[in-house]
Amino acid sequence: MNLVRRLVGNAPPRILWSLGALLALLLIAPALLGKYWLSVLILILYFAYVGQAWNILMGFAGQLSLGHALYAGLGGYIAAGLYFHYGIGPWAGLFAAVAVAATAGAIVGYLGFRFSLAGVYFALLTIAFSEFTRVAFDHWAWAGGSGGLFLKVDATRDIVNLRGGPVLFYYVILALAVGAFILCRALLESRLGRYWLAIREDAEAAQAVGVPVLRCKMIAIVISAALTALAGVWNAFYYNNLFPETAFAMGRSIEITLAPIIGGLGTLFGPVVGAVVLTGLGEAFTDLSDALRISGIKQIFYGLALLVIVVYRPAGVWPWLADKLGLKERQP
Amino acid sequence: MSGARLDLEGIGKSFRGLRAVHDVSFTVPAGAVHALIGPNGAGKTTIFNMIAGVFAPDAGAVRLDGETISGLRPDRICDAGVGRTFQLVKPFRGLSVLENVTVGALHRHRHLGQARDSAAAILSRLGLHDRRHQLAESLTLPDRKRLEVARALATEPKLLLLDEVMAGLRPTEVDVMVQFLRELNQRTGLTILLIEHVMRAVMALAAEIVVVSYGEKIAQGTPHEVTRHQAVLDVYLGEQEMA
Amino acid sequence: MTADFFLSLAQAIAKGLLTGMVYGLMALGLSVVFGVMRIVNFAHGEMMVVGMYLAWMGFEYLQVSPMLSLPLIAILFFAAGYALQRGLISPFINRPEHQQFLLLLAIAILLVNACLAIAGPDLRGVQMEAQFESYELGPLVLDAVRLHAALTAIAIAGLLWLFFTRTRTGKSIRAAADNHTGALVVGLDVRRLYAFTFGVGAACVGAAGALMITIIPVSPFLAVEYTLLAFVIVIVGGLGSMTGALAGGLLIGVSEAVAGLLLQPSLKSMFSFGLLILVLLLRPQGLFGKAGS
Repeated sequence: MNLVRRLVGNAPPRILWSLGALLALLLIAPALLGKYWLSVLILILYFAYVGQAWNILMGFAGQLSLGHALYAGLGGYIAAGLYFHYGIGPWAGLFAAVAVAATAGAIVGYLGFRFSLAGVYFALLTIAFSEFTRVAFDHWAWAGGSGGLFLKVDATRDIVNLRGGPVLFYYVILALAVGAFILCRALLESRLGRYWLAIREDAEAAQAVGVPVLRCKMIAIVISAALTALAGVWNAFYYNNLFPETAFAMGRSIEITLAPIIGGLGTLFGPVVGAVVLTGLGEAFTDLSDALRISGIKQIFYGLALLVIVVYRPAGVWPWLADKLGLKERQP
Repeated sequence: MSGARLDLEGIGKSFRGLRAVHDVSFTVPAGAVHALIGPNGAGKTTIFNMIAGVFAPDAGAVRLDGETISGLRPDRICDAGVGRTFQLVKPFRGLSVLENVTVGALHRHRHLGQARDSAAAILSRLGLHDRRHQLAESLTLPDRKRLEVARALATEPKLLLLDEVMAGLRPTEVDVMVQFLRELNQRTGLTILLIEHVMRAVMALAAEIVVVSYGEKIAQGTPHEVTRHQAVLDVYLGEQEMA
Repeated sequence: MTADFFLSLAQAIAKGLLTGMVYGLMALGLSVVFGVMRIVNFAHGEMMVVGMYLAWMGFEYLQVSPMLSLPLIAILFFAAGYALQRGLISPFINRPEHQQFLLLLAIAILLVNACLAIAGPDLRGVQMEAQFESYELGPLVLDAVRLHAALTAIAIAGLLWLFFTRTRTGKSIRAAADNHTGALVVGLDVRRLYAFTFGVGAACVGAAGALMITIIPVSPFLAVEYTLLAFVIVIVGGLGSMTGALAGGLLIGVSEAVAGLLLQPSLKSMFSFGLLILVLLLRPQGLFGKAGS
């Protein structure tokens, strides 16, 4: 009860009602939506979830990672590999997946923070680890090498092994996205969350008022990596295939960062709003470019849209939108 | 030297072979206000950084209530009871004034609510209560200086290190700050060591003054003694502040 | 057997050195921009690819050798870089890194997909007579195109050196790179200087692209690899250091060639990224950078 009160805190009732209504809608959505719209919604929830995970490290603790594909890729590969080779289902496999990814996060974080790499240098370190792992997986037979790892496509619902159609995956990613949202709210409203914000703003000043900077940063990257690994597990079982070239690609890492940056870094709604905007734009441009029949045109529209957003709304869409709606997510 | 709140014993520090501080010793008794003065580049802030744990001294030791704290990380030294301000103020720019101080208060209060209450109380004592919801980056310089003091106080230190908190304040503002610090010292018995160029404030607050020049202690005594000390006069020759 | 091995090793090193010169020129563009503006150009590889495509189009449609179109491409890139800095990047100079990253990412997406839309996804290369020629240097055989490209890269690097040491603008840029705030204090026209710097950086990478197309064919999907390659080189050489970029280019060129000989070719980038991690951790100023900066 105490926890609930802390989570709800001083959020205005109308936000709580809106969120409740939105959740109810999302819960019945598969009954209302066709196949296409459900797949779009799945995509939105995926990016909202993984963006929320990345936002913990960058938006809260201020450490720019451009290598989060590492954790998603490791998570996906471990869970898929265990299932593929030993028939161990993902619900058990995810513990191994999360453990491996969290360890990888701890290693990257410890090296980066211990050697005080900041800003771009830390970002390059995360890229380097991700790329290094990509090449390693290219040559690792257990993981299928560069030829990829394929899971048998099976649409009969088998919740134990996370096999089934889109509706199953929809509810799983919905649960993850809602869970991550609540977790982030709880973290932000905790001592640790405030310590992260202080580190993001000025690490030296934070340490002077007693913040154990290294430990807080380590916790941030480990939680962020662990949550991202879950997204990787989900991804692997949803798409049924994994290639090092895509799973660990820089493009995958960049994809993870976009929703929170576009939506509004360090805010709870930023990753969600960003995911809606980006996925919406992406789908709209797909239709448009299908009509135009020029390869690359979709991405050109996409690039233009990013350009417009970063030039005119550099702090993200959500802070601006919240202002327009007369809401203000209290930036603590 | 037991009984002293702060005890510096022959501390020294070199950077790339350049001697910044050499063999500086002094003590500050519990409940006292002392000042550390000297020309720019004399090593005052380096001494502060060694006390606060930004770096460890190459030689000597720093003790707080008899316990050696030199070599500890800054956050551990804060745990031990040392609060500090930065000469170049370092507010958490994107956070509100209240949240800035709350971060400090969280050091002694685990729960956010309690920490926030404690922070609010400190802000009203420093006259920043009306601005508590403003972002720290929107504050004027004098207010930022006060915010530095408030944030350090929120950690409930036994020893407060103030690095030029009067610089840039108007004379009336200096008086307000002096009054606040004096009251704080008298009411709570908080030990204060301040680096200060504004001599009016030093004279009004400090029971004793330590003077450093070129990284070495050249004099120590009451304000009265120090202003008549020949070495000090030599150092300050031409600096009108030393009236 | 061993004599054969050493010969092929020497051959690989020679090849790596030649390619490394072009790498160095490419990385120089990234390093100059970072040194002066503290902006990491995440669109660098995309610019490289655009340079390669321009040279390819010149050859394919107008039968102009990439070596001849190079000066034109460099000038075009200079102008485009100047305009880009003035128009888009300038307001972002003092913004948080993630905003700069997003801006340059958007530019990168636009550039690479413009290439895709115009030239398609297939590999495009130039077919020149010189590709079948080679020079013999003792027992070593050097590809003519690679040698020409390397010599041209050296010549351009030499011109840049003259520019940075002899001209007023060049000296100002170096001063700004050495001492960022100092330049502001001295009152240099920073906006113009920044635009000029971005132009010079762009010209480097454009020229490098024109040279690279004579050695290796291009596809839009190579852009990210060039961006990463440029990152590796400048970090290893020392981010912001101009000689470091050239030296880093040679080192990476040689190590790639040697790794390709000794290991599976696909493992060679693992070596580069391993080196990147080690340098970041142990010597973040780069192998050839000044300590303590």
